[in-house]
Amino acid sequence: MASLPPIDLPRGATGDGSFDAPARDAVGGVLFDTLLRLGDDSLILGQRLGEWCGHAPSVEVDLSLANMALDLIGQASHFLNHAGAVEGKGRDGDALAFRRDVLDFRNCWLVEQPNGDFAQTMARQLLFSTWQEMLFGRLQASADETIAAVAAKAVKEVRYHAELSAEWVIRLGDGTDESRRRMADGLDWMWRFVPELFEMDAAAAESAAQGIGADVSLFREDYDARIRAVLAQATLEAPADQRPILGGRRGHHSEHLGHILAPMQYLPRTYPDATW
Amino acid sequence: MSKDWPLWEVFVRAKGGMSHRHVGSVHAPDPDIALRHARDTYTRRMEGVSLWVVPSASIAASDPAEDGAMFDPARDKIYRHPTFYDIPDDVKHI
Repeated sequence: MASLPPIDLPRGATGDGSFDAPARDAVGGVLFDTLLRLGDDSLILGQRLGEWCGHAPSVEVDLSLANMALDLIGQASHFLNHAGAVEGKGRDGDALAFRRDVLDFRNCWLVEQPNGDFAQTMARQLLFSTWQEMLFGRLQASADETIAAVAAKAVKEVRYHAELSAEWVIRLGDGTDESRRRMADGLDWMWRFVPELFEMDAAAAESAAQGIGADVSLFREDYDARIRAVLAQATLEAPADQRPILGGRRGHHSEHLGHILAPMQYLPRTYPDATW
Repeated sequence: MSKDWPLWEVFVRAKGGMSHRHVGSVHAPDPDIALRHARDTYTRRMEGVSLWVVPSASIAASDPAEDGAMFDPARDKIYRHPTFYDIPDDVKHI
């Protein structure tokens, strides 16, 4: 499938995103909300990448994708376990990952987008990992010690994800006619979800003001420059900017997230005390 | 897809000071991706601190059919082993 059809701004809309109210109030405070946003990004993208296991174009690529997935699940585990401890209601990372409903997830829209073909997956990875590397770089100075420690460890993992996906975007973009077309289509699909990465809503602003989270707007220009440099090497044009799609941070998600959670949560919900 | 890619032999250095050892091979379209494939395939459990990849096609190998002429003559030359010397006790790492 080619790119999504463009969505025109409805008359009178501000373009700030359709969803301003939270789908459900995040109770537990700024730190809890920040940890859910961080943990859910990593968890959902890790689960998405895991879908490639056994299906990648080669066994080497299969391992690359599974390694990235495991890095991300590891990050999610740290963030969500900490979130559970901060919340103080006896929930651990597993409870938050496997027994939370879709409206309570706080990940961005980009990470829940379908894998599509390998090029589409690499487009998503480049756009996300480049952002996550810059974010974790700043979170090493977080006022929350756990966030700072996880960010310091994970920033190396994420730098590798960003480098690897950039290598593939360059090769596919500057490759054959077919790989170039697929790479352009993949970027086209993912491009509209980039603005959400840099959204500073009230909760994010409060988190940054308390020194817990980072002000993501501060590295937008660096991010754009890095993505542009990769696209230039890939001899690809950046897709046209479209109306931003926002809302994931407040629990409004695309139709894809429920389909990720169903198989992910089925077993722990059906057999709540299962161990292995 | 991987059958379209050349094969690369992978060498891992387990820790500083040791030599690189052959551990296996990967398919990859070019040296940069070969290094990343080698990293993701052979060093995911802290096996190494340095990687080499070499195009398999660049390796000249001895012919198994000729192994008699190549290797059998060494078989009865035990005097080539340095086992006929007395090594002083205070010489370490030998």
